[in-house]
Amino acid sequence: MTISGTILIIDDEVQIRRLLEITLSANGYKISEASTGKEGLALAASVNPVLIILDLGLPDMDGLDVIKKLREWFTNPVIILSVRSSEEDIIKALDNGANDYLTKPFRTGELLARIRVAIRQGQEISDNSCLTFGSISVDIANHIVRKNNETIKLTSTEYSLLALLAKNEGRVLTHQYILKEVWGMGYIEQTQYLRVFIAQLRKKIEDDPAKPKLLITESGIGYRFG
Amino acid sequence: MNGFEDIRPDPDELLASLMSEEVKSKRGKLKIFFGMCAGVGKTYTMLQTAQAEKLKGNDIIIGYIETHNRKETEELVEGFELIPRKTYAYKTATIQDMDLDAIIARKPQLVLVDELAHTNAPGSRHAKRYLDVQEILENGINVYTTLNVQHLESRSETVAQITGIIIRETLPDEIFENSDEVELVDLTPEELLQRLSEGKVYTPEHSKEAMENFFRKGNITALREMALRIVADRVDKQLHDYMQYKRIRGPWKSGLHLLVAIDYNQQSTRLLRWAKNLSYSMGAQIQALYVETTRVLATKENEQLNRNINLAKQLGIAVRIITNNDIVKAIVDFANKENITHIIIGKPRIRSLLTLFRLGNFVNRLIRYSGNIDVYILGSDRQAKDKYEERASFLSFTSNIRQYFIAALLVTILSVLCFIFKEYIGYQTVSFTLLFLVSILALFYGTGPILLASTLSALIWDYFFIPPPYTLHIGQTVDVFMLIMFFIIALLNGILTSRVRRQEKKIRIREERTNALYQLTKELSITTGNNEVSKVALGYIHKYFRLNCCIFLKNEFNQLESVVQNNAEIRISDNEMSVANWVFKNSVKAGKYTDTLPSVDHTFYPLQGNSGTMGVVAVKHPAVFTHGEEQFWEACLSQISGKFEREFLRDAAKKTYIISESEKLYKTLFNSISHELRIPVATILGASDTLLAQEYHKDTRKKLYNEINTASIRLNRLIENLLNMSRIETGRITPRMDWCDVHDLANSVSESLKNELQPFTLAVNIPDIMPLVHIDFGLIEQVLHNLILNATQNSPSGSRIRLKFFFDNGSLTIQVMDRGIGFPVSELPSVFNKFYRGKDAKAGGTGLGLSIVKGFVEAHKGTVIGENRQNGGALFTIKIPVEISDINSLKKQMVR
Repeated sequence: MTISGTILIIDDEVQIRRLLEITLSANGYKISEASTGKEGLALAASVNPVLIILDLGLPDMDGLDVIKKLREWFTNPVIILSVRSSEEDIIKALDNGANDYLTKPFRTGELLARIRVAIRQGQEISDNSCLTFGSISVDIANHIVRKNNETIKLTSTEYSLLALLAKNEGRVLTHQYILKEVWGMGYIEQTQYLRVFIAQLRKKIEDDPAKPKLLITESGIGYRFG
Repeated sequence: MNGFEDIRPDPDELLASLMSEEVKSKRGKLKIFFGMCAGVGKTYTMLQTAQAEKLKGNDIIIGYIETHNRKETEELVEGFELIPRKTYAYKTATIQDMDLDAIIARKPQLVLVDELAHTNAPGSRHAKRYLDVQEILENGINVYTTLNVQHLESRSETVAQITGIIIRETLPDEIFENSDEVELVDLTPEELLQRLSEGKVYTPEHSKEAMENFFRKGNITALREMALRIVADRVDKQLHDYMQYKRIRGPWKSGLHLLVAIDYNQQSTRLLRWAKNLSYSMGAQIQALYVETTRVLATKENEQLNRNINLAKQLGIAVRIITNNDIVKAIVDFANKENITHIIIGKPRIRSLLTLFRLGNFVNRLIRYSGNIDVYILGSDRQAKDKYEERASFLSFTSNIRQYFIAALLVTILSVLCFIFKEYIGYQTVSFTLLFLVSILALFYGTGPILLASTLSALIWDYFFIPPPYTLHIGQTVDVFMLIMFFIIALLNGILTSRVRRQEKKIRIREERTNALYQLTKELSITTGNNEVSKVALGYIHKYFRLNCCIFLKNEFNQLESVVQNNAEIRISDNEMSVANWVFKNSVKAGKYTDTLPSVDHTFYPLQGNSGTMGVVAVKHPAVFTHGEEQFWEACLSQISGKFEREFLRDAAKKTYIISESEKLYKTLFNSISHELRIPVATILGASDTLLAQEYHKDTRKKLYNEINTASIRLNRLIENLLNMSRIETGRITPRMDWCDVHDLANSVSESLKNELQPFTLAVNIPDIMPLVHIDFGLIEQVLHNLILNATQNSPSGSRIRLKFFFDNGSLTIQVMDRGIGFPVSELPSVFNKFYRGKDAKAGGTGLGLSIVKGFVEAHKGTVIGENRQNGGALFTIKIPVEISDINSLKKQMVR
């Protein structure tokens, strides 16, 4: 599979940009670089990248504002790559529309995997598709989940939760976002519901619920499917 | 024995003289050029003396001088540096006055300030110039000044009596007495009059007027005598002080001790001045006593009492206040206790036969009980007679109209009832019934309504009931007697009851205050932190004084913080902030209702601690404090100041501790961390250098890449640990509590340590029924990460590491066990210390891991202990008290 498209790197650290450029070019991506938020926004408009890697600590503006501005028109994935590791910052970035995050220092292997997942996920999912992940398949149109071709009984809430995560495969969904989508606005503080349902889902769909491979916990932030 | 005692210096006096010497040496010296009246050449002499001093090379400036356009004086001014006067805008006019701040900023050796008794321009910092001079002296600057005898507080009245001119600009005697030097500038009356007529003092037309009024020869002679007398007394006293200071044996002046009893009459002011003069010439100590009775004072009387007490303070007489209804006994008891030798009282005014009787009684009793104490009775003076005629006498008619009305109504209703049943009860019973009513009324109402009720019921009883009815005429003598008895009993009953009530009220107020102070002490004792103390103090002041105020505290640089300690409703302007700063610097109250800067909206009180001023309280006063309130207020402030002082001391101790701790940390950091940082950096540098230098075999390259990778991971771990440690050290850890499934926790940790755990088996043990726990996932994950990493570093390959979760007594309990080397028993207590490294630990640890574990667990209010397992290995047990949410019950809840 040949990979095409441009990745835009917005980071003020030359060394990081250089490292990313070498790594990503070697993996077949085209690279565009910006060292400030303004420059990044301008470049994003002119080159229309397939993905943006964004640092939160930029010299001219806050990375969080850059995402907000980007999301006014930009629909492709944005991955945050920042030294800020506090959970609040990450949640804010995800809420502002980032798809994923990695904290510096990062492993390049991990970054490449995230990029691949994000780009794949960027392709639209139609409501009729049937999503398959290893032994699990989720039939969105008919609300049926199968494991090794056997139908699994799920309650309607369990199904909504699984469908939400599956549709956003690879993307980190924050607790608040999931609670809002599945239970409604009034439940965004009720994280214990979410914990209980995730534990139940894992028992039903994971091969080894103690070592989940599909429903991954992002500590303190949310869950990721994939 | 007695003879010996007599010639020994009084130790108290000796100490006092030593202490005042000490205080004086830091202050500037005050020299007063003292004269009997204007025109004797005080300013001239002052300038001459200053000229002589200047020739000796001293730094002398003129702060303020009034030459009155006298030629000789003006000539002398030349050659001195003059501080320009400051202009004050007052209404439409501008007033020029001395620039105090400029003088203090200039800081000369000596400054000349004319007219010590001058009243400052409105808007100046102090109301009076002598207060300015005090501040200059406080700053270590010497002052030359001038003063006329009539301006002395204690003489002003006498001068007014002699010359008929009332002196408004007076100054406390204390200033004069405490001055370091007094030079009398004297002129015979003849010479003075000649100077006047030559126009050397005033312009010719002014001179004529002056000679006809103030400068009559008789006046001048009297004033001169007074001035000479004062200076002579002073010399006498100085000699006495000198002998005391040098411990010269000599004919010691008695241990004379005067007591002046004051009250709420204007007469007391005269009494105080007279007593002060007497004490001065006798060389006696003096104090004043006010005996408070349960009688309620009228507002005017209260004001006069405050004036009297303030005057006493101005005269340098300490005032003691005692509560006792028996004034004579109070005075005598006090006198005996304080070894008073002379009691001075004013002659009470005679207003009626009753007061005459009382006066006789008062004086007689005082004389009888005072024993060997001399009693002086000062005559009343006609001028000050009965200024407060309206004062309440022994009956206070303070009740309102409603009370009179209700009293009358009740008496009438009861009378009507009695009248209806007259036939059955008889007229004598009626008197008891009415008497009963009056007694009841006395419990609730003041003297006035009781008097009305008594009179009314007496009249009703006489007119309607006593035979013959419907006349005031009384048939039987017995009934006349009965009526009189009735009236007297009703009246006495009423008055006595209301007196008891008054007394009770006073006691209650006193009790309330004691109680309130106790409450304050109690509340403050359990409060910590300046913010909390401020809050408690403000709440308290609001509750007990109904006052709004705000508190400014000093900062660590001993300056007043302009940040208000609370968001009270009062606004302090920049101008007022400078008043607050002045109060802070000088530890004296200022602002509204005081002598200093009275033009602002608030009154500022210093929070005076033992080691200095802690801060300033700004108060919005609706009215001046009465003396009782003021005492109470001061007691409260001193409690609050004391508390703040303790807080500041505690902070300082804490800071010292932190500094010593951070020094220790710095040293350890230097020794341990520098090593830990350099090794991985050296590895990375070395490996990459080798790689860059030449082409190696693929296997060699891979080995070097691996070394770089390992070193980077080690470096990263060190940085993470240091960052976490600094979060703990700075106390910036606030756990973000959220519901957490411990399965997730175990999984996350084992994922993140996948590589390190490769050679081991990790056995996770979680009970089947495990509720969700409310913890900070990230922090506990880090805790487990560090413990398990620790286990991997200290255990032999292939061994088992166990991670166990369970509930014990409402606490989430987590155990991490390994089969490693464990700890030497002697080091067990210190394993959680910063930079602790096991004796035989492998290279590559920082000694921070376990202290981070402890810090994070403690942030959850939990505990962690480390011990050795029975069959070898280490065991860590973490206990965290947590809120739980039972999964099963939650499920049911959701199904519903």
